[in-house]
Amino acid sequence: MSDKPVDKPKKDKVPRQAMPEQEPQVRARNFEEVPLGLSAESAVLEASRCLQCKKPSCVEGCPVNVQIPEFIKCMAEGDFLGGIRQIWQRNSLPAVCGRVCPQEAQCEGSCVLGKKDAPVAIGNLERFAADWARKGGTAELPPKAPPTGKKVAVVGAGPASLTVAGDLILRGHEVTMFEAFHRPGGVLVYGIPEFRLPKEIVFSEVNFLERLGVKLECNTVVGRSITVDELFEEGFDAIFVAVGAGLPKFLGIPGENYIGVYSANEYLTRSNLMKAYLFPKYDTPVVIGKQVVVLGGGNVAMDSARTALRLGADQVHIVYRRSRDEMPARAAEVHHAEEEGVKFQFLTAPTKFIADDKGRVTAMECQRMELGEPDASGRRRPVIIKGSEFILDCDLAVIAVGAGPNPLLTSSTPGIALNKWGYIDADPKTGKTALKGVWAGGDIVTGSATVILAMGAGRLAANSIHDYLMRGW
Amino acid sequence: MYEILNKEVLAQGTVVLNEISAPRIAGKAKPGQFVILKANETGERVPLTMADSDPKRGTITIIYQVVGKSTHMFADMPVGASYQDVIGPLGKATHLEKVGRVACVGGGTGVAVLHPITRGMKEAGNEVIAIIGARNKDLLILEDKMRAASHVLKVCTDDGSYGHHGFVTDVLKGYLTGPEKVDLVVGIGPVPMMKFLTKLTKEYGVKTMVSLNPIMVDGTGMCGCCRVTVGGKTQFACVDGPEFDGHTVDFDELTQRLAAYREDEAKSWARYKEECACRTR
Repeated sequence: MSDKPVDKPKKDKVPRQAMPEQEPQVRARNFEEVPLGLSAESAVLEASRCLQCKKPSCVEGCPVNVQIPEFIKCMAEGDFLGGIRQIWQRNSLPAVCGRVCPQEAQCEGSCVLGKKDAPVAIGNLERFAADWARKGGTAELPPKAPPTGKKVAVVGAGPASLTVAGDLILRGHEVTMFEAFHRPGGVLVYGIPEFRLPKEIVFSEVNFLERLGVKLECNTVVGRSITVDELFEEGFDAIFVAVGAGLPKFLGIPGENYIGVYSANEYLTRSNLMKAYLFPKYDTPVVIGKQVVVLGGGNVAMDSARTALRLGADQVHIVYRRSRDEMPARAAEVHHAEEEGVKFQFLTAPTKFIADDKGRVTAMECQRMELGEPDASGRRRPVIIKGSEFILDCDLAVIAVGAGPNPLLTSSTPGIALNKWGYIDADPKTGKTALKGVWAGGDIVTGSATVILAMGAGRLAANSIHDYLMRGW
Repeated sequence: MYEILNKEVLAQGTVVLNEISAPRIAGKAKPGQFVILKANETGERVPLTMADSDPKRGTITIIYQVVGKSTHMFADMPVGASYQDVIGPLGKATHLEKVGRVACVGGGTGVAVLHPITRGMKEAGNEVIAIIGARNKDLLILEDKMRAASHVLKVCTDDGSYGHHGFVTDVLKGYLTGPEKVDLVVGIGPVPMMKFLTKLTKEYGVKTMVSLNPIMVDGTGMCGCCRVTVGGKTQFACVDGPEFDGHTVDFDELTQRLAAYREDEAKSWARYKEECACRTR
């Protein structure tokens, strides 16, 4: 049997080490990070639970194939430097991934221990190793290959781009990252709230890349400030496009343009990137809702609901048209939201917004749904229950029902092939697009997905770009 | 960083011009497009349609009315100081083509945005009538430049202190009812002005372009903050505009949405005044 333990002290005696967290009632009113991080002692204990499988299924479950048993072995021995070095070989953003990856569906979901007991807390250990390194455990940089003289432009500065930039700079290429916003990080900075991913961590990861030599040009909207063709004219040999799925979806119901009705992109960008939660110290305001409704059932909906609580809401309802089982959000996010007092209205869909004479939203009319036959996605289709309309009072409504592809870059790039939804058509194995010398990855290819999947796409594209630069298309 | 190379105070200190070093933007900017400016780390992202750009000097020019904290903060920056962030060019450029006779109508600081469009319309071979207005003579801006950019310039003031006594719409009406046909009107100014202007031109069936200035955050179509209803459909002014067919714009909704943060803006402005008072004390 391949899963046999290598050596066996009594490992089953150690329970999964709980992640210390801020108390729900306390944290629901502040923007500090919710989990506090493992102590060194509990990290070592947790790492000792790993069976060191010879054919580790956890590694297969990881989109970037972090060498999990190897890093955990170092951790169990208290060799945190060795641990972070092992992670860095495959993942340049461990402090981020340890916090936002859906581990239960990936590495931890594949952990053999999880069959009978709780899986090894791989995410928490990854987070610990990365935080240890960032907080002064080591200042070392990975070794770089000699310069190749090739120049790569990376468009966007989110997780896919950061991965490509990190991979290619280490292989000796010159890398310039172009970001439309005034800060790098993409969704890590504008989308994911401070209490889930402190921005200081993202900037520290970006700073790590800059120390390696990656150039960063913010405030540059590729598609407007400069086009893909012009980047080639400026001397770039290869271009990686990862501009995200930055086009908010609205519901198309009456009253959607009333004041106090936001797309989740706007609500979260105001709060996270522009730091509206610190208004008036920061100049960007945001509507402070007392009665809040959030529409949608994904991570973005959870982030919006929990942000509204922290900004002073008395009551927050997540309104979702399917049932709990169909919610796409990460389990931990739903759990955290419920602990903090967010209420759920399942099988409920909005029909219109109602406002006062100044155009400020005061309520939302909804109707109840029931689950019918499965639809194309395999999920049971919600069907309206006639006559079930009711009113939910609200002075803030956040629409978090997904995003589409932003056409700013693609519409200015003739020859780049798109699929029927407007996402870039790229080879899933290499990230190659229909245009020579242009790769794409992340949400602009897949539609809204996860940080780690974007990083996985970045890894594949980086390999393909390197291959092209050294050997040709 | 984006350095202020030149600064002029217009209209008795209520309107300020900045020429800013931004070579990449200057190389691409076209009439009708806008930039987003952020003064410093804690500042907001403020969209302003460019008044000019000079690819040779690598500069862009903005002209803004000083109204709240952000614009006061901009106005307080001397030559040599820098904006932390300038993003652009954003939005669609004005469609400049020969259509015949064009009336370019501007009110208040809208004239700043109107100027490069007027110039472009003239260069495209149109006969250009320019009509500009302000509350009074002292608040009128860019009169000479507008005269040079057009074939005929008419000036009005609300109080009659200069030029025609009355609104720009009065003067425009004279042309609409006159013997020669007006083929296109471009109207840029405060929302009430654009609302009444489009109402008038609709009566005479003359196509009218307006440039909208809703509140924005990213300016790249990502957040939907700047959504406006045009022809019954939601459009994002940042990527679908900022120019639209004025006859189909829901100006009442735009007015309401522009007032969304009025209380917050007042709070910010009061706080800034207090801080400035502390510093000079």
